[in-house]
Amino acid sequence: MRPEELLHTTPQGLYSPAGDFFIDPTRPVARALVTHGHSDHARAGHGAVLAMAQTLDIMAIRYGEGFAGTTQAAAYGARVEVNGVGVTFHPAGHILGSAQIALDWRGCTIVASGDYKPGADPTAAPFAPVRCHVFISEATFGLPVFRHPVPADEIAKLTSSLALFPERAHLVGAYALGKAQRVMALLRTAGHDRPILLHGAMERLTDYYRTQGIDLGETRPAREATAAERAGAVVLCPPGALNDVWSRRFPDPVTAFASGWMRIRARARQNGVELPLILSDHADWDELQAAIRATGCEEVWVTHGQEDALVHWATQEGLRARPLHMVGYGEEEGEGAAPEPPVSPTNPEAAP
Amino acid sequence: MNRFAALLDRLAYEPRRNGKVRLIADYFHHTPDPERGWALAALTGSLSFRNAKPGLIRQLIGERTDPVLFALSYDYVGDLSETVALMWPAPHGLNDTEPPPLSAIVHALTHMGRAEMPAVLASLLDRLDETGRWALLKLITGGLRIGVSARLAKTAVAALGERAPDEIELVWPGLAAPYEELFAWAEGRGPKPETEDPAPFRPVMLSHPLEDADFDKLDPAAFRAEWKWDGIRVQAARAAGLEGRHVTRLYSRTGEDISGAFPDLAEAFAFDGVVDGELLILREGRVQSFNVLQQRLNRKVVSPRLLMEFPAHIRAYDLLVEGGEDLRELPFEARRARLEALIAAHPTEGRLDLSPLVPFATWDQLAAARADPAAHGAGEDAEAVEGVMLKRVDSLYLPGRPKGPWWKWKRDPHSVDAVLMYAQRGHGKRSSYYSDYTFGVWTEAGELVPVGKAYFGFTDAELVEIDRFVRRHTVNRFGPVREVVHTPTEGLVLEVAFEGLARSTRHRSGLAMRFPRIARLRWDKPPGEADRLETLERMIGDESHAPRRAKAVLGKQPSPAGEM
Repeated sequence: MRPEELLHTTPQGLYSPAGDFFIDPTRPVARALVTHGHSDHARAGHGAVLAMAQTLDIMAIRYGEGFAGTTQAAAYGARVEVNGVGVTFHPAGHILGSAQIALDWRGCTIVASGDYKPGADPTAAPFAPVRCHVFISEATFGLPVFRHPVPADEIAKLTSSLALFPERAHLVGAYALGKAQRVMALLRTAGHDRPILLHGAMERLTDYYRTQGIDLGETRPAREATAAERAGAVVLCPPGALNDVWSRRFPDPVTAFASGWMRIRARARQNGVELPLILSDHADWDELQAAIRATGCEEVWVTHGQEDALVHWATQEGLRARPLHMVGYGEEEGEGAAPEPPVSPTNPEAAP
Repeated sequence: MNRFAALLDRLAYEPRRNGKVRLIADYFHHTPDPERGWALAALTGSLSFRNAKPGLIRQLIGERTDPVLFALSYDYVGDLSETVALMWPAPHGLNDTEPPPLSAIVHALTHMGRAEMPAVLASLLDRLDETGRWALLKLITGGLRIGVSARLAKTAVAALGERAPDEIELVWPGLAAPYEELFAWAEGRGPKPETEDPAPFRPVMLSHPLEDADFDKLDPAAFRAEWKWDGIRVQAARAAGLEGRHVTRLYSRTGEDISGAFPDLAEAFAFDGVVDGELLILREGRVQSFNVLQQRLNRKVVSPRLLMEFPAHIRAYDLLVEGGEDLRELPFEARRARLEALIAAHPTEGRLDLSPLVPFATWDQLAAARADPAAHGAGEDAEAVEGVMLKRVDSLYLPGRPKGPWWKWKRDPHSVDAVLMYAQRGHGKRSSYYSDYTFGVWTEAGELVPVGKAYFGFTDAELVEIDRFVRRHTVNRFGPVREVVHTPTEGLVLEVAFEGLARSTRHRSGLAMRFPRIARLRWDKPPGEADRLETLERMIGDESHAPRRAKAVLGKQPSPAGEM
């Protein structure tokens, strides 16, 4: 049997002919399995969605309750059958509720890992390698220049800057889902106990994380903070807001950005970032290799990112490897570098 | 090394001058001697390693990485030092221990021979983390390129205590790394370091721009006027050294030693003393435009040919020291008399002459001279005059920019109406604003061609207006740059003031503007009525005398080979 009979690429995303479902489709389909809640993987408008309960909650927060015809909640490690294909969700360590999806059918196992990170994260269930024949990996940071530093050291850069510039607000660009909450959790672990100010775009998701038992300390809407509260405060906002009119309410801020891309100096400078925090929710070069090896797979398919380098490495390791040339991932929220929101000519001040 | 690397890392991202000073001062404050001294040496560009060069870095990384992965990575990152720092396959465990301090690294790089260097460098790279490797490789490749000048680093030393940056400059020339006595003095713990340099830099005196409202308060009889030359402010110092040999140095206005770039001037200086004046290029006795001077300044190698084609010259306007006597506490008039006598007594083959006084009795007379220098004594050099300087007859030579004794009164700048084409976000306080503007004028074919870039001149209120315009009229985005609408009927016209124009092969328009700034926003003007390229071309024709051919200067016959 060829693995492609179980799963192959289509313009809408990965499709299983055997089970008649898609994984993380980029357009509305009849039946979708969703790995995690980031908007480039989880889209509204599918007929039926199977995902982790937390992912379904996140989709409902972002798209409204009617985001899909029907929904079915999965649980880590619990195998279900979809049209005769075995489907098991396993933790991916990327964000809250993120999962790898293992398919088994006629003795062949394929793992679609979505986005994943093996490193520690207080806000996500830890990544668990799954034995398989074919491992489908992202390659967002698939170059040997990407080796993520220790997260606590990156947070220390932020706290020492707060000590050096106690009168300046520290604007930290971070994706509203996952990264923002991870930054808060890391700050609390580092002993930072002041209220953290939030951009309007992250309030609801942060509240949701709290309902899931994740302690993020005291947060307040940035728009309600007084000048004294803004001075020397950590303010979390989506990356696009860093250079937007929204940021003008903070006089002379320090501009920080929490992202794996901050490893590359030119990337940080192009975005006007003064304090780059190298904090990624994706596997780095070494972690990609370790994760692939741990699956014991014979074949690697690479979805998006730096496919060439990862395929080159895997081939030299004696694995069959090929890029899937998938488009539409890693662009919206994965870790793209500060996409700007579209400009509204009528009301440019409308940012929350 | 970790602390120094962290400092460089922060500095590389900090856009504000004051922020940089604070970061460096904070580092000096928390770092013991001699570590901070070596850091100061690195920041002031005083380190160079003969046997550790960029070629060695390529060789080392080539031996350790897969060539395909290196090529993909280098292509992605775009910077050799950074790619190597990030890719370096450090053995696990080694960088858990404290890496060697900066002083030890500098020592190793300075003293190791060519044969031992690869192993030394590799073992250092093994023991550092990514930031440490990046900092080390920046030290080796020279030019940290983190936007820190020597002056800025010295300002940070001054910020450790009560000293002024100029005081640091004053003692600097005689000092060497690791500068322990300098730090002790700056922190108020030790005596002033004795300078061993016989010809140190003296901090220069600067002027304030004159506004129309100032004239009522100023008495013409209390001032002398000189031409304000469009060259470079320099200080030439000559003194007898330890073994009776004369030391001659040329300093920029910030105290940087630029003697190496002007060996011709150093040789021509025939007396002991310190002269304040303007560096100019003279050909056949005539001052050349600033653009000609720039052609000499931008060269890395000072070749004999360069010396002949761009003969440097100092037009002196003040005398700070004569022989061993410090004249700075004498009034201007007395210094001027000493300067005139000294120059008359020491002909220097045309390399040093006196900047003449401009006679006037009333402000109106001076205004007339300023408007037409050629008819008021500047003669053929008039095009190198950018205004007049006013100096009180009783003014002492005070470092810095004291208000009152010296004034500069520039000629009115040129201006054109240009169309805003691209805008880029600024830094620091302006980081959310589109504050860097590229503007263009119309060609004969009816196309807009960029002629310059300006990022100041506007008020805060105007900045908000332009920013709003940019955000609402964006037609294209290129990273941080936005292209705005610029058709004959739609767009924003900017009145751009500038000091001069030069031909340039680097710009598509063939022109380069000097010191452009936004003078006014012309919301009233349709872009189609903005200026044309021909207008600017004519301004070049009017304002600068074409540089003469080298062969004419040398008095040689033209030869085909000499045609350039």
